[in-house]
Amino acid sequence: MRHDDICHIRDLGPNGHILSGGYAVKITVNVNGTAQTSDVEPRQLLVHYVRETLGLTGTNVGCDTSSCGACTLHVNGQSVKSCTMLAVQADGQNVTTIEGIAKGDELHPMQKAFMENHGLQCGYCTPGMVMAAIGILDENPKPTEDEVRVALEGNLCRCTGYHNIVKSVLACANG
Amino acid sequence: MIPAAFDYKRASSAEEAISLIAQAGDEAKFLAGGHSLLPLMKLRLAAPSMLIDIGRVTDLSYIREAGDHIAIGALTRHTEVENSAVLQQHVPLLAHAASHVGDPQVRHRGTIGGSIAHADAASDLPATTLALGATYVVQGPNGRRSIAAPDFYAGFLENSMNADEMLVEIQVPKMNGAGWSFQKFNRRAQDWAIVGVAAWRRGSDSGVALVNMGSTPILASSVASAIKGGASIADAAQQAVAEADPQGDLNASVEYRTHLAKVLVRRALEESTK
Repeated sequence: MRHDDICHIRDLGPNGHILSGGYAVKITVNVNGTAQTSDVEPRQLLVHYVRETLGLTGTNVGCDTSSCGACTLHVNGQSVKSCTMLAVQADGQNVTTIEGIAKGDELHPMQKAFMENHGLQCGYCTPGMVMAAIGILDENPKPTEDEVRVALEGNLCRCTGYHNIVKSVLACANG
Repeated sequence: MIPAAFDYKRASSAEEAISLIAQAGDEAKFLAGGHSLLPLMKLRLAAPSMLIDIGRVTDLSYIREAGDHIAIGALTRHTEVENSAVLQQHVPLLAHAASHVGDPQVRHRGTIGGSIAHADAASDLPATTLALGATYVVQGPNGRRSIAAPDFYAGFLENSMNADEMLVEIQVPKMNGAGWSFQKFNRRAQDWAIVGVAAWRRGSDSGVALVNMGSTPILASSVASAIKGGASIADAAQQAVAEADPQGDLNASVEYRTHLAKVLVRRALEESTK
């Protein structure tokens, strides 16, 4: 980042948010395969960047304390909690959100597995669950049921629908 | 929750980071993975005037054999510590403890150096490296110096580094086949330990440290002395809290923590004794 990438502004424009006395840093993030260049305040969280600056509202904010995993997305192919990462930390990185995993109209195999196995009830935790689950299988393609349960420790479902979530992940692994 | 506004600088080397923090003064903080610092900032328990992002100083991310110890770069992420074949072979206690930090998403971002510098008595890796007799290498404007783990933890969330110094390497002695155990007692999988114990033992030599039993990670040296002196495991475990100063909170009273520490130290010693 060069110094002249920093400009003092009061209005970020695209999302209409007025920043009181803040300043913005220009970042370029590859989001779902497309380079996105934006001016962000250094304190802007990655989850607010994808939801508000880019309008990708599939990623949810749940607890906002890195406990619940509703904000899980991928940075450089690894699952992370986007409420505990700054947008500036994602500058120059590859970010994949729930909007970026289907191929056109064809759902990602994990999305299909959740649909076929009733892996959701209210759906609020689902984007984070799906992104975490894809990360689990990337690191361990044929997990046991116990391994899936342990690896999902960072994602909470307050409908307590864990059984079918685990079933969905295992179905995807074995599909 | 959004942190208070701060200035942001990105360093591309340890030298640049140290020079930036020297200019910025003690209201500036280093940002590594951010998984200890950002939650504090979101709760406004910390409001640094500047963050110096060291997350891209990639030459501080490594795990290397170095004679009698393993050298770990401060910016090595928990997931790399957890999955390192070198650590699994030579310091299995540390690789195992790293696998209990937070959850997979947290371990993808958090760094061993960040966790140790944060000096949280409730975190797993400060106590684990303390039990293992680690040495921390810090770098300042005048070069590097080493701090033995027991001299590093100065108080609640406080380390003994100078404001213009940065933790750059963690040196952990090889365990040479010692037995070991990591006991983490918590209510939910991803929680901090209510009480935790990291322990190793080789014959009459041992190291035991406690998680969340005081304002700093606690080296239970009375337990190791008792083992050295030939005490039984049950008797040695009774010394578990000799150095501790536990506080009560929503999860556990002082009495409950004291009881847990003795039970978990006994279990840890049993598991460590081959």
